[in-house]
Amino acid sequence: MGLFSRRKTKFVDSDVLVIGGGMAGCGAVYEARHWGRDLKIVCVEKANIERSGAVAQGLYAINCYMGMQWDENQPEDHVRYARNDLMGLVREDLGYDIARHVDGTVHKFEEWGLPIMRDPETGRYQREGKWQIMIHGESYKPIVAEAARKAATEVYNRIMVTHLLTDKTSENRVAGAVGFNVRTGDFYVFRAKAVIVAAGGASHIYKPRAVGEGMGRTWYAPWSSASAYALPIEVGAKMTQMENRIVLTRFKDGYGPVGAYFLHLKTYTENAYGEEYESNWYEHTKELVGDYVDRHPVPTCLRNHALLEELKAGRGPIRMVTKEAFQDPHKETVGWENFLGMTIGQAVVWASQNIDPKHTNPELTTSEPYVMGSHATCSGAWASGPEDYAPDEYQWGYNRMMTVDGLFGAGDTIGGTAHKFSSGSYTEGRIAAKAAVNYIKDLGKDGPQVSEEEYENLRKAVFKPMENYDVGRNEIVAGTVSPSYFQPIQGLQRLEKIMDEYVGGISTGYMTNEPLLTRGLELLGMLREDMEHIGAEDLHQLQRAWELKHRLVASESVTHHTLFREETRWPGYYYRGDHMKLDDQDWHCFTLSKYHRDTNEWEMEKAPVYHIID
Amino acid sequence: MPTFVYMTRCDGCGHCVDICPSDIMHIDKTYRRALNIEPNMCWECYSCVKACPQNAIDARGYADFAPMGHSVRVLREPEKGMISWRIKFRNGHEKHFVSPIRTTPWGIIPSPAELPAPSEGDYKDQSLAHEPDALNIEGGLPALSPDQLRKGVV
Repeated sequence: MGLFSRRKTKFVDSDVLVIGGGMAGCGAVYEARHWGRDLKIVCVEKANIERSGAVAQGLYAINCYMGMQWDENQPEDHVRYARNDLMGLVREDLGYDIARHVDGTVHKFEEWGLPIMRDPETGRYQREGKWQIMIHGESYKPIVAEAARKAATEVYNRIMVTHLLTDKTSENRVAGAVGFNVRTGDFYVFRAKAVIVAAGGASHIYKPRAVGEGMGRTWYAPWSSASAYALPIEVGAKMTQMENRIVLTRFKDGYGPVGAYFLHLKTYTENAYGEEYESNWYEHTKELVGDYVDRHPVPTCLRNHALLEELKAGRGPIRMVTKEAFQDPHKETVGWENFLGMTIGQAVVWASQNIDPKHTNPELTTSEPYVMGSHATCSGAWASGPEDYAPDEYQWGYNRMMTVDGLFGAGDTIGGTAHKFSSGSYTEGRIAAKAAVNYIKDLGKDGPQVSEEEYENLRKAVFKPMENYDVGRNEIVAGTVSPSYFQPIQGLQRLEKIMDEYVGGISTGYMTNEPLLTRGLELLGMLREDMEHIGAEDLHQLQRAWELKHRLVASESVTHHTLFREETRWPGYYYRGDHMKLDDQDWHCFTLSKYHRDTNEWEMEKAPVYHIID
Repeated sequence: MPTFVYMTRCDGCGHCVDICPSDIMHIDKTYRRALNIEPNMCWECYSCVKACPQNAIDARGYADFAPMGHSVRVLREPEKGMISWRIKFRNGHEKHFVSPIRTTPWGIIPSPAELPAPSEGDYKDQSLAHEPDALNIEGGLPALSPDQLRKGVV
């Protein structure tokens, strides 16, 4: 019987399986119930949906709200904004689709009990900026989770999904997923007609600035372990724009948000000598990217670029000028509550270092890179667009279905749709769920078949790290050094070092080139081979082992995409030293990849960018 | 700042274990009380601090950049719909903030299954639940037409 005979295998059948119970997942569960009244809708989450995903801690703003009811913005305006910020390359069909629905989502949040601030004079939502509205969002996630729990047939907390299952007769069709319960160690086989991947993007694929105890204070949540990408990649779903990682300019050490400071409090940046610096780099940036530097607002990556150049010129640190704004008690309160609502750690850093922004202008820094699909970046899966207007090349069936039949996605999972944030991710979950229900209706009795051989093989693979540990542990006296296995944290640090040094992390000033990327791929390949030997002491470490695997798969994808795109499209996010200029002639396109798990090969191609909006 | 647990206050109830998004709050087998098993995977999200019925969990700024002598304490009162914060600086200076967290009683959100069921036609168009009413605009859901498509640099 062996080591795992005490572990049970549990089967869960469903119509719609939602993987990940963050904002996108909760939106998917809610909407799936509306359209699928009699369907079995199951949500599986590695933590607890009450506080999971990127919004676990809360938010102080909803960054994607049109305000169509007051004619503040129309969906077209948001497409222009996102396109401009991403240097011309977004899936305009998908972005418009989110923008036209998102106001309805936000109105439901308010009805459910989310405190949205109002402008006392106009009675409208209090704007932080053109797209952002201000909320008291400490309980944003518990409120959204309450609605999801009401809608779901079952919610499975503390189950880490490790792999998707494919149909016995058709490899390009999804049939469910497998994973394990982090508390009991039971193996779960989820059989489903349609699967919506609503998992998290990727923190901790690049070495963070803090490598001691503070490595957990990444900008994006440390539990965002790239499952959004690894799950679809491994079953052959095409990915897009995976090279489009994001670097954030944030308050130093705590990575506290700057949006409210810039937009609402009207604070601004200066160099160490009290000088405005962005204009110093205008001509230099124009040489790299041409007219994109003249767009308004200035794209996020280009503002990063100016800051980085100013630091390289020896005029750091860059500071946020807060002393003026914070003399106003209302603004001071907003400034602090902004952190307490979503990045408490920044308040802690300031309290510990006696930084009171009323008296001290705090330092800014640029973060290590992250890969995700919902902020000012748009990595993720290549998805079918809305039926009513998406171009033929962007449409092969159902809205938000990936290139694998029955496999849908939302939030960080779906590529090409920057600036969706919390409300847009939730909305995209809703869009995907309606499409998934339609897909199931059209299937009729033609449900996918799960192969026992497939899930039995996966069961052995899933628990292999515990076997590795149990066997290898007996070889050594004690401690963490073994010749036959390595710990998940050791593997994570190895991954972060490769990505940092070869794929444009902080230690090279976000610089890379073809020789570096090629060498990086070799080292990532060795790490992939070594993953057969990862050791997990307990179920918690087993979760960490599979999170690492997901991060590694996403990292390989990022590296292949970065190698493929022979230009520097987003200076300030990363640089191709061998192709320093933006090249609209050859690269005004999306990059697509497909991973072939049978041969371990990555196939790259270009896809056209269609502009729908002027 | 990673969290830690005060020995004399924790009764081992496990609320923190259930809520932690990072799966790092566990029960120590010897002391039968909670502890943070992996401080370097703590996001300082305070989910455990807020969930602790004994106020036994606190946080101490990350050792690699936070000098000692500070604290950020929180009291979350879901039944009152309020949250209160006290920030204490290293130099002893204090700031206090109180915010609402919810405007409705907990548990009142209806399942979408309680709403009128959609018609067959609704499945074929682009509408989502509660639309068009929830958009609060005239003219229904905005749409584009496929003839607007073009390639090239904009």
